[in-house]
This record gives sequence, structure tokens and C-alpha cells, in this order.
Amino acid sequence: MRHAPRTAVELAAAVRAGNATAAEAVGEAFLRIRQADSLHAFLSLREEAAREEAAAVDRRIAAGEGDELLLAGVPVAVKDNIAVAGGPTTCGSRLLQHYVSPFDATAIAQLRAAGAIVVGKTNLDEFAMGSSTENSAFGPTRNPHDPTRVAGGSSGGSVAAVAAGCVPLGLGSETGGSVRQPAAFCGAVGVKPTYGRVSRFGLVAFGSSLDQIGTIGATVDDAALLLSVVAGPDPKDATSATEPVGDLAAGLEEADPAGLRIGWPAEYFGAGLEPAILAACEAARDRLADAGAEIVDVSLPHSPYGIAVYYTVAIAEASSNLARYDGVRYGHRATAADLTSMYLKTRAAFGAELKRRIMLGTYVLSAGYYEAFYGKGTAVRARIRGDFERAFERVDAILSPTTPTPAFPIGEKADDPLAMYLNDVYTVSANLAGIPAISLPWGRTPATADRPALPIGIQLMGPDFSERRLFEVGRFLERESPDA
Amino acid sequence: MSVSSDDVRHIARLARLDLTDEEVERFRLELSTILGYVEQLEALEAGRAAEPAAPDHPLRSDAVEAWEDLTPLREAAPDLVDGYFRVPRVIE
Repeated sequence: MRHAPRTAVELAAAVRAGNATAAEAVGEAFLRIRQADSLHAFLSLREEAAREEAAAVDRRIAAGEGDELLLAGVPVAVKDNIAVAGGPTTCGSRLLQHYVSPFDATAIAQLRAAGAIVVGKTNLDEFAMGSSTENSAFGPTRNPHDPTRVAGGSSGGSVAAVAAGCVPLGLGSETGGSVRQPAAFCGAVGVKPTYGRVSRFGLVAFGSSLDQIGTIGATVDDAALLLSVVAGPDPKDATSATEPVGDLAAGLEEADPAGLRIGWPAEYFGAGLEPAILAACEAARDRLADAGAEIVDVSLPHSPYGIAVYYTVAIAEASSNLARYDGVRYGHRATAADLTSMYLKTRAAFGAELKRRIMLGTYVLSAGYYEAFYGKGTAVRARIRGDFERAFERVDAILSPTTPTPAFPIGEKADDPLAMYLNDVYTVSANLAGIPAISLPWGRTPATADRPALPIGIQLMGPDFSERRLFEVGRFLERESPDA
Repeated sequence: MSVSSDDVRHIARLARLDLTDEEVERFRLELSTILGYVEQLEALEAGRAAEPAAPDHPLRSDAVEAWEDLTPLREAAPDLVDGYFRVPRVIE
């Protein structure tokens, strides 16, 4: 029996060379998905469609047309707020439980063109609003390292599917850390690209000045390869960036951190950070210094306001975006005698967190409060971006923790929304500033009487469109990490 | 920051959300707590408004692209009659 390729890079190369087939790869993915069923990473599987698409990829390769297929035969898990034609896009919500997507998101069309196979749609907090995947109307996703703990969120399903080895690659979405935070909790690589780097056509809107599709892999090379496929301008998304993509993934292992300037932001190492996570960041910093990088203290003085800004801007945009779920054109409709009652009863099907955010967002946008909340929020947001602009005059990338703690128990923060929000304290600033960031695994917390050893995530943030640089540094750190 | 039950009911009406009395009380407490946290921004001096991270947004050409099959869009509608979305009575 042939050795099964483990990474997307290896698998795609093997399929292109005829040493493996897309059909085998997809078959193996469904086997592993079934073995990991108890994690509840997937909301729906595309078994029949995926097998047909795999056979078509294999036919193209047999006909000699496969040389350009960057993801030939690679199974991909897709967050269920990204449209895949002909199947569900539930957004983890009762309102879209029976909705069928009439089109492919641009990112999905790009995956298909690259020979990748979407095997299923993954669990998420309802409309991507949450940090634990507990807000899914269909039940939480469990952490592969400890099933009593959350996978993180909101892209918990895609990340758990990759971390459990069901598939090599996952697509998620980020508004405030929804790819990086679960990646840290589950021990995977999670990428939040520059705002505009990936088309959002077909991504269900949450906070439109923040939203971005992100990539997930078990390795930096894999997450970079996936981004290289989905990145680029799109006429269907006016916010997509025209900046050339360049080669994001090839030869990352050759990069040398010598001479790079790595920022160490004091504000990210204060109270609330678990000692083991601080130690992980320090170890990563020391490896970079040993390799000749210059470590530079930087200050991001407005970062303590990140969560407050995020929860004005994101909720305001969410309440506007969610106004479209009115029961008229698609999705759930409640029966009522008049139109206003129909809206009220239809929208009562939103989960508790959705109602909370709609209420908060409507409040901060309402007469008399707009300037004090949303106006103030956007002004401080500009200062947060300004902090980064000043820091990136002096450094090439900034190293920090991804989360203050490892994965928490399911249910622990369910009744304390503010505690849940504060979990994103290190990730929201990159979304507010629009800059790219990645989270990569770096060892584990020590096992204690109440807690097994849990993955730790460290974060790299860089200036606009510096994804390649972040991947190079990430690739170096991956080799140096205790997990290597 | 203190939010009253009447505030919560007013906001719910604006947002077209039907809340139970229990939800009104829960959101009254939660909105007070969360908006109280957000109020820390008031201590900061206002600066310029946020600019989009990717300022370069050229317009695409205004070319018509036909949607070949409208069936999936029609099938998604809760109540479609002769190509119209039917809703309950609006005016008595």
C-alpha cells in the first residue's frame, strides 16, 4: 500500500504526478470525517458531488491537463457561511436551515478551478458571531485535543476538521479573530489575510468593514498554498484589492529571518495572559533572535481599546447586514396576519447571541447615540491603525500571543458575553486595522489536575499585503517549534 | 450605563425583534454591562474617522451578465405567486 500523502502540498503533487488519485484522497477524507464524527465539525457532507468532482479531476490529469492544478484532488472543508452552489449555506442558523445556495462564492470557484474538492460544510457560531462555535443552532463543535472543551470560533468546524486530520485544508472567515483563535485552540495554522485580499462574493456578510475569508492548514506551507489559490481581485466584490498577489507559497522554507526586525508589543503581554503562553512567545522570540533577527520593543497604545471599538463597529454593521433576514425572499418565514408581525416572528428565530448583537448594534446606531458609540468607535479605530502604521515603520512583523488562554470548557463562558468577547483581545486589532495576521501552533500548556496539555497559538501581524513575509517567518518558527 | 426596559422594547421594535418579557429583562442587564464597557472610549479624544484599509477600489465595467437559470432563486422564496413575493396584508 502506498504511503498516504499528509499535507496538501504533498497530496496535490502526488495527484498531479499520477502517484495518487483525487478519488482516493476524497474517499480517505470521508473515512476520517466519519471517524471524527463526535467532534461535530461538519454540518453537511457533499459525498456524491465530491466523488463526481474527484473523478473529473482524475480524468483531467489522465488527459494531461492537470499540470496547473495547484490543489489537485485536495479535500477542503468549507465554513457554512460561504456559498457552494446546489447545497446548504445554513450559517449555523435556523433562519437559513433549508436554504439552498444558487451560486458558488468566488473563493469556491477558485478552489474548483485549482482542482480542490469541497467535501462538506462546517459548523460555526450563528452567522459567524461568537468565539466558541457554541452559538451554532445545531450544537457546538468539540476540540480534538479535549472533547469537553470548545474548538474556538467562529470557524470552529473548519479548524477542528483540519486539526483532527479529516482534511488537509479548511476555509473560514474572520471578522475579529474567527480563524486565528480556533487555530490557536486546536493547534492549526490560521490565516487572516489583508482586508480585500480575498473576494467576499458569496461570503455571508457580518461586519462588512472587517470581514475577510481566511485559510486553515496543518502547516504554514498548506495554509499559504490555499491563500495563493483564493487571493486576488474580483469584479463581483468592489472591496477586493487589485494589489498583485505574487507567489505566496513557493520556497518559504528557504527564507532566513536574519536581519528581519520583529516587533515585541508591550500591550500584548499584560495581565490576563497565561504564563505558559507568555513563555511560548518568549521562546519563539528567542529562536528568531538566535537566527539573527532584531527584536524591537514596539508600542500599540490603543490596543487596550480594541474590544470596545470592535463591539461598536462590528455590532453596528451586523445589525444592518442582518436586516435582510425578513422572511420575504428566502430563508425561514413565520406565519403571521400582517407584515410587521411576520418580520417580528420570523426574526425571533435568531439565537440569543444574534439577538444580543442586533439589539446592541441597533442601540449604538439609534438617534442620540450614534456619535457617542459608532462615531467614537470609528475614530478610535483609525488610531489603532495609526499605531500599527507607526510600528511598521520600525519593524517587519509583530510577534504576540493569539489568545490569552488555551481552549476553555464548553459552557464556561456561555452566560457571560463580555468574558467571551474579551477572548478576542489579541486578534481584533488586526481586523480593525485591516492588516494580515497568522496564528501558528507553538507547543502546549503543561497538563494539570484539571486540564490536559492544550495547544498554544502564537501570532504574527504584518503591514498590508505582507502575507508572504508572515509565511516566511511562520515557516521558520514552525521548524523551530516544540511541535516540530 | 443603565438601559431601561422601555429602551430595550424601543430598540427591539426598531430591529423588528419579537422579545419575550424574560428576554427584555436579560437584554436590559446585558446591554447595560456591554455598553458600560464600551463607554471607556468616551475618555479618549476623537480623531479622524476610519479609512478603509484598501483604498484602491476601481469600479468594474458596467457589463450585463445574465443569470441563466432563475429556478433556484424562485425555489428559495417562501411564498412566490406569478413571479412575485407574496407577503401578508400591509394596509387594512
